[in-house]
Amino acid sequence: MKALLRALLFPLLAVLAAFVIGSLIVLAIGDNPLTVYRLMLSSAFGLYDALGNFTFDNWGYTLFQATPLIFTGLAVALSFKCGLLNIGAEGQLYVGAFAAAWVGITFANWPAIVLVPLAMLAAMLAGGVWGAIPGVLKARFGSHEVINTIMLNFVAAGLISYLVQNHYKAPGDPIMQSGPIGAGAHIARFSTLLAPLGINFPTRIPLNVAFLLALLACFLVWVFLWRTKWGYEIRAVGSNPSAAEYGGISVQKQIVLAMALSGALAGMVGINEVLGYRYRYYHDFSPGYGFTGIAVALLGRNHPAGIVLAAILFGALIRGGLFVDIFTDKVSKDLVQVLQAIIILFVAMEMLFRGSLSRFIPGLKKSSA
Amino acid sequence: MNSPNIIELRGITKRFGAVTANKGISFSIPAQTIHAIVGENGAGKSTIMKILYGFYTADEGEIFVDGARRDIRSPHDAIALGLGMVHQHFMLVPPMTVLENIVLGAEPGSAVKVDFRQAAERISQLSRDFGFDLDPHAKIEDLSVGQQQRVEVLKALYRGARILILDEPTAVLTPQEVEEFFKILRAMRQQGKTIIIITHKLSEVLSLSDNVTVMRDGQVVGGKPTQDTNAPELARLMVGREVLLRVEKPPAHPKDVVLKVQNLRCGTKLQDVSFDVRAGEIVGIAGVEGNGQTELIEVLAGLQRINGGSCHLQNHDLGKLSARQIKELGIAHIPEDRHRRGLLLDFNLTANAILGTHYRRPAVASGLGLLDEKANSDKTARLIRDFDVRPPNAALPARALSGGNQQKLIIGREFDLQPKLLLVSQPTRGVDIGAIEFIHRKLVELRDAGTAILLVSAELEEVLSLSDRVLVMYQGRVVGELDPQHAEQEEIGCLMTGGKQA
Repeated sequence: MKALLRALLFPLLAVLAAFVIGSLIVLAIGDNPLTVYRLMLSSAFGLYDALGNFTFDNWGYTLFQATPLIFTGLAVALSFKCGLLNIGAEGQLYVGAFAAAWVGITFANWPAIVLVPLAMLAAMLAGGVWGAIPGVLKARFGSHEVINTIMLNFVAAGLISYLVQNHYKAPGDPIMQSGPIGAGAHIARFSTLLAPLGINFPTRIPLNVAFLLALLACFLVWVFLWRTKWGYEIRAVGSNPSAAEYGGISVQKQIVLAMALSGALAGMVGINEVLGYRYRYYHDFSPGYGFTGIAVALLGRNHPAGIVLAAILFGALIRGGLFVDIFTDKVSKDLVQVLQAIIILFVAMEMLFRGSLSRFIPGLKKSSA
Repeated sequence: MNSPNIIELRGITKRFGAVTANKGISFSIPAQTIHAIVGENGAGKSTIMKILYGFYTADEGEIFVDGARRDIRSPHDAIALGLGMVHQHFMLVPPMTVLENIVLGAEPGSAVKVDFRQAAERISQLSRDFGFDLDPHAKIEDLSVGQQQRVEVLKALYRGARILILDEPTAVLTPQEVEEFFKILRAMRQQGKTIIIITHKLSEVLSLSDNVTVMRDGQVVGGKPTQDTNAPELARLMVGREVLLRVEKPPAHPKDVVLKVQNLRCGTKLQDVSFDVRAGEIVGIAGVEGNGQTELIEVLAGLQRINGGSCHLQNHDLGKLSARQIKELGIAHIPEDRHRRGLLLDFNLTANAILGTHYRRPAVASGLGLLDEKANSDKTARLIRDFDVRPPNAALPARALSGGNQQKLIIGREFDLQPKLLLVSQPTRGVDIGAIEFIHRKLVELRDAGTAILLVSAELEEVLSLSDRVLVMYQGRVVGELDPQHAEQEEIGCLMTGGKQA
């Protein structure tokens, strides 16, 4: 319990500090921070709409926004546990999304029971391959994964935009998007899931099975990392590669494995986007989920439970930002970006403080604990 | 300069939460002497020195410097009083020169321009006075560990230190470097400096210091002029019971050859090494560090690739096998650097206890690859009990243990493999006297149970007292084989530095 509180303390302080500084910015712009924050909170988490009627909209959209961030947060955290920084989740999720769409288009007439798992698998596999490439380059040639993952982001964007433009766009469609996937590749939205229980969840909210998959992925990643021998090996390499090698663990294999799994998790964003939301591949759909995933992992302390909380917070900011944009006089939704940036800054500063202080004064950690 | 005591501590007590690190510490240090503070890890030696240097403030007690009571609230105060401290881990900037490192934080000249010329002159002067032999314009990263240490000392002297506190200064030095370093310290005493040296190596205390203070469990348990004491007495005071400084072992009964090494080569460090190790014997390798011992052990453990020659365990060729396959064949390995190789410092003791066997039964419960929590915590509890790991808490990270207890955990883990061959490197480096005795006894027990043991140690004493046969390595070759019972220290020393066997 004490350990849990200590783990939560710094992230909570970072969030709090971000909101305090954000309020100064709001004041400087000339709006009332209390109004802005109240609006943000109620539009992200409120159970009642402006007329006082019960609504699923706020939570529904917040969780929908959180879903891709859970996947990318997990992806970054898993690679981080192996001592790698995957900045390529953005590219991996595009590749994953396109692969899911490709399966959905190519085998459009197949029944759902085959097509849905196949499309999901394709998303994970494509993302996994895209992640494994920098893993292999690192393991084989020692080239740094940060550089290679960033570069592969551009390669992914270019490649897919070529494919969509020249091969998968419906003729005459002015929008950069593929044609629709077969109905058999659609996954259920919450409206469908909850209908048998007599709960009237609006169809317009795109929250879908992918959210449940994200939660399941969190649990599985936790089991994998902390309860299996493979997770042990990945964490050992991340903690001390020399000792891992001594313990008979192939550092190279673990690097490739961790990057592949990380990419597969990022690729699962495609499940939410293509199979659960747009039912087609829509180019440039990601507002930087892959990069925000880094912040989510950081704020969530690279732990699946922390990542869910952090992803919901960031999802709420996205949802709330929309309302801030519309319903305040001067503040725009860019405030969300400012808040995100300050949160990351404070979380990073905490690492700095703890890292440097405890390195120079060994007694500090013990005496303060 | 004739004040009797330059430093006097009276009743210093320091608590960290529930732990009392120092209990009523009182002792005094005469000026222009070398004063040794000895004690096992965790005895409170470092804490009392950090109080003296202003890192911590004491909860109770008084400090007198030059006979006057002083409040030392920060290292800044300590430096102003003429104290200097050299830490066990150097605080130097590797890409910068000796000169730049020394003036860092105390730059001479005006606010905008550093007067390096003036600083360089002073450094050269100090360097000459004490026989440092340092080029002020050399880069730190190009210097040996011994030279880096001298830079640290010079840094303190440059800031006007007349009382120097050295925290385990020899832990990182080779025997030759230790001798040179002691020469410098004696020269400094000659020139009027007072030196406080924290250590747990008794031979160093006896050869270097004028007075010695012994600490145990946060208290002073003895203090006297060094000439009035001896190693067994100091060891008894440190540990609190009689300690065997010599290894007691019955004669070995070597059986079949277990390890056969022929013309083995690896990189530039290992050139043509051949020898055998038999079941039931300890073969020791003596030599100055860096003459290929590290490479030899790492090659045999599968951690470095062979360039030529061969090594066989019974009839298995080890040359092409991975570290895991080699372990499977029955080779255990206690590595020379337990922080880098031997442990996952941030992982708990259980995770460390299964390193190397984590991928198979009994560590893994099922085909799903799930770790067997119960089996693993049982194993850890057993190792903690049998190898006396303290504190006996499997949930602690390995980092939280003292060096001796970390080593006991590694030894327990490797012994648990019931190896045919044990590779053991620097088994007692940075380990308390009490634990050294324990480790030596365990190694002899393992030998008597029929395991072949290949021992590498920089401590000649250790090699000679543990081994049944001694090989001397020099520049990647075995240059001599000796019977440790009849070998003369001079003869080995001569071989170790490239001389011929008589």
